[in-house]
Amino acid sequence: MNPTTDVKTYSGFRLATIFCMVILYAPLIVVTIYSFNASNSITVWKGLSFRWYVDVFIGPESTKFKQAAFNSFSIAFIAGTLATCIATAAATAIVRGGQYRLRTPSLGLITLPIMVPEIVLAVATLIFFNSIGFTRGYLTILIAHTAFCIPFAYLPIQARMQGIEDSFEHAAMDLYATRSQAFRRILLPLMLPGIISGFLLAFIVSLDDFIITNFVKGAGIETLPTAIFGSVKQGLKPNIMAISTMLLCLSIVMVTISYFISKWDKTK
Amino acid sequence: MASGNGTTGGSSTTDVYNKARHWLLMPSWAILGTFVLAPVCVMLIYSFLTKEFRGGVIWDFSLAAYDQFFFDRGLFGDGDPTLQWTYITIFWRSIWQAGLATVLALLIGFPTAYYIATRPENTRALWVFLITIPYWVNLLIRTVSMKFLLRDEGPLNDLLMSTGLVDDPLRIINTNLAVQLGLFYSYLPFMVLPIYASVERYNFTMSEAAADLYASKWNTLRRIVLPAVKPGVVAGCILVFVPSLGAFLAPDLLGGAKNFMIGSLIEEQFKGNAGNWPFGAAASMILLTLVMSVLLIIARPQRSAGAKI
Repeated sequence: MNPTTDVKTYSGFRLATIFCMVILYAPLIVVTIYSFNASNSITVWKGLSFRWYVDVFIGPESTKFKQAAFNSFSIAFIAGTLATCIATAAATAIVRGGQYRLRTPSLGLITLPIMVPEIVLAVATLIFFNSIGFTRGYLTILIAHTAFCIPFAYLPIQARMQGIEDSFEHAAMDLYATRSQAFRRILLPLMLPGIISGFLLAFIVSLDDFIITNFVKGAGIETLPTAIFGSVKQGLKPNIMAISTMLLCLSIVMVTISYFISKWDKTK
Repeated sequence: MASGNGTTGGSSTTDVYNKARHWLLMPSWAILGTFVLAPVCVMLIYSFLTKEFRGGVIWDFSLAAYDQFFFDRGLFGDGDPTLQWTYITIFWRSIWQAGLATVLALLIGFPTAYYIATRPENTRALWVFLITIPYWVNLLIRTVSMKFLLRDEGPLNDLLMSTGLVDDPLRIINTNLAVQLGLFYSYLPFMVLPIYASVERYNFTMSEAAADLYASKWNTLRRIVLPAVKPGVVAGCILVFVPSLGAFLAPDLLGGAKNFMIGSLIEEQFKGNAGNWPFGAAASMILLTLVMSVLLIIARPQRSAGAKI
């Protein structure tokens, strides 16, 4: 036996890893299976069926869920895009702006939404909108999401930019490219994988958010998480499992895209 | 966060865009300054205001919110102040629950991270990918799934009872244990990923050297590996503990009314017309102070660790 691997390996660790994977996936798999349950009750299994998926789209609660889905996705898309643009600009200033006094405070400000507990941020945002007399609704959710998505978009973008040598931009500028040309034609294309990852992360984080949305949404407007939460509070129902399974698949698709982007990026 | 190793990367201190840097930073300052920094300041002010009975505040300076948090002045508010345990207990329970969830996550997360980091290099990315997937799945959906799994007549109890391991369903839901499991499950990937990053950089020839010098495997792990990967362990613990402390979904959905944590206490103050906004703001300020102290005390010497996640 190879002595190197022997020193490295601890026999119980494989078991812990299997346990870890089971814990991470068991709840998700169980809910996926039960979303195909034909029964009206969530406890009894009565065979395979797509009825709850149909129910989500044309059932009694379908209008509510469709509206919530529209709000969620449009907010995630707009907030994700805005946050990505803002984060890209900030990363350029911080990674490629030299040393200056505002650099560290700016970095602190950008990462602040991750440091502050979400519930505190939710309270603060609610109080703020209330104190300036801003009526709560779609716009307040959008603004709040844009703000707290910035660090999530920022981190992958910064990581990517730190990995790119500035010699390409210097070469371009030696050849009389202006700064903005160097940025648009050299840095931005090289940054693309980081920007896409940043956007995907921001999009998912916005789509995921419950606490802040719940505080700033105001009456009469729902996003998917708040609609699901409201429904779950009245008891677990099979149609919630169908929605959950669909959102689960969406998340897996997005994380797979981001995985292949990073892989494709490394092979280049 | 990243400033720790910001200067070490070859290209990270270049100044190609130094002339535009203030313009480039302006959008983030505008948005984050207005909608994150300013709100936190307004919240601080609110915590010193007088509550209005229909929710909201009256602009009169008052220490009532903090007073209510720490002291009990009797039914009519004129008794001698004695220490009010209700809210301190809720905070203490939150710290305790978050701490247990962190320990649980460390016990499972460390071996997992270590195991993944010692896999052949080409399979590691796939393992990390598998750990990351649950993080991308909606937290609410994961918590609801956990609730579904742990119910009295849920699949876990079905399985345990059909295999004859237990005769009566285990009552897990609406207990402290359910909350710990929920928090542990919510933030487990946060524990694995930074530890993995540290173990991956660990030089295994040190373990070989220890083995050559007749160290037992356990001693090697404890005296050689653990100190070397400590930054990752600390980062993982912070990333599990801090969000667990202010968590709302796991205690609310899995814990039921008896296992109240800070998150639910705060949320209740802003629900409907019954709430007490200054008190909610004060509780938030206390939570924020608590979290920031944890970050400052533990994370400060570990800055470089935080930068690598």
